[in-house]
Amino acid sequence: MAILDRFFEGDIRALGRIISHIEDRADGYRDLLGVLYEKSGKSIRIGITGPPGAGKSTIVNGLAHRYLNDGKRVGVVAVDPTSPFTGGALLGDRVRMNEFPAGGEFYFRSMATRGATGGLAAATGNVTVALDAFGFDITLIETVGVGQVELDIIDACDTVVVTVVPESGDAVQTMKAGLMEIADVFAVNKSDRPGADRLAMDLRQTLQTKPSEKDAWKIPIISTVAVDAKNIDLLGEKVDEHIEFIKRSGQFDLHRREQIKKKILSILKNQFQREFLERLGAEIDFEEIVDRIMKGQTNPFKVGDELYASFSRS
Amino acid sequence: MNQKIRVLLAKPGLDGHDRGIKVIAAAFRDAGMEVIYSGLRQTPAMIVDAAIQEDVDAIGVSILSGAHMTLFPAVLDEMKARGADDIILFGGGIIPDDDKTELEKMGVARIFTPGAPTEEAIAFLREAVASKKSDEKMM
Repeated sequence: MAILDRFFEGDIRALGRIISHIEDRADGYRDLLGVLYEKSGKSIRIGITGPPGAGKSTIVNGLAHRYLNDGKRVGVVAVDPTSPFTGGALLGDRVRMNEFPAGGEFYFRSMATRGATGGLAAATGNVTVALDAFGFDITLIETVGVGQVELDIIDACDTVVVTVVPESGDAVQTMKAGLMEIADVFAVNKSDRPGADRLAMDLRQTLQTKPSEKDAWKIPIISTVAVDAKNIDLLGEKVDEHIEFIKRSGQFDLHRREQIKKKILSILKNQFQREFLERLGAEIDFEEIVDRIMKGQTNPFKVGDELYASFSRS
Repeated sequence: MNQKIRVLLAKPGLDGHDRGIKVIAAAFRDAGMEVIYSGLRQTPAMIVDAAIQEDVDAIGVSILSGAHMTLFPAVLDEMKARGADDIILFGGGIIPDDDKTELEKMGVARIFTPGAPTEEAIAFLREAVASKKSDEKMM
């Protein structure tokens, strides 16, 4: 029996194999994804992001148990960095996962970034399509430890939990663009440490001074101690409330439509680049072009226009 | 296409000595592999479950507690029961030569004992994974 048939019979081993196939971009992976995509669209995707060591994995562990207790099937993708020097990776998010059922209701996959720099791997979105098609009700996506601008998670999920810790900084840090703007729910984790109340207050103030429409979602700030499971249920409730809120307001569908448009454009971009290199790659002497640019005889913009023109003619 | 060696490293049982396995984890990482480290106090069932979910090429188990003649066979049994016995199982620890021979007869691909250079483990794993081929059809 082909692996895909076993996948649709609920075989976890087949799911694992298919995810590797997608990650490796092995032969025929796009056709495979096409089949899976048409079976997907039902899973709710929750992103968990924040700096390294903030407690993301422990929060994922807590949220996963909460959804499992609710009778939901839960899939997790947790991303850790690939070394830019060796291509290797140490994927350690599993260490925080404990006492999960061994049946088909829970699945955890560690993923390396493999060169991507937006906090996820290039294939993370495609992997969530596989989890969705397999039948998981909830998909939890954990990013690498991020700084301020690794924000790919926005395009990979329906709702974002940003995890911060008392050491995350002062009031000015909470006002900065980037990470602090993408939260649908904030978790101030390790809130038993000094400075946690202060950070929660700074966040609250920052959020209050932001102009918003009357009926807009009010971003909750939950103080958690994930290792003791403190307030993890409350955090989960707020996540669920946000999902309900955006479903009612129509933002849920709007956001997904936006994501689909971006997906098509990114497929086009990859396809164009591949086709361009297939047709003209052998003829282009990049070293010679770079020489001329460095000598000041031409520039990358002009070269781009010329190459595009010769592609259109070919 | 970009195929990486994926390897799960785990410590079964109640043995908390994880210095050795962390050295191996770092060596495999620096050799360009994706290392999934699942930590301490894993049962054989948890180890095989993780290996299946992560779709690893190999499982590496470290046992320094003396329970190797119980734990290795338990992992092998679990692999067979779950239809995952095509995954390479190897291990390390303080393991006497006689036990080592017996374990390798049972189906543990290789046992590394104290003093084994990390290069040896890397070379073993690369070779073992390269000689393993699946002819299963995707769709």
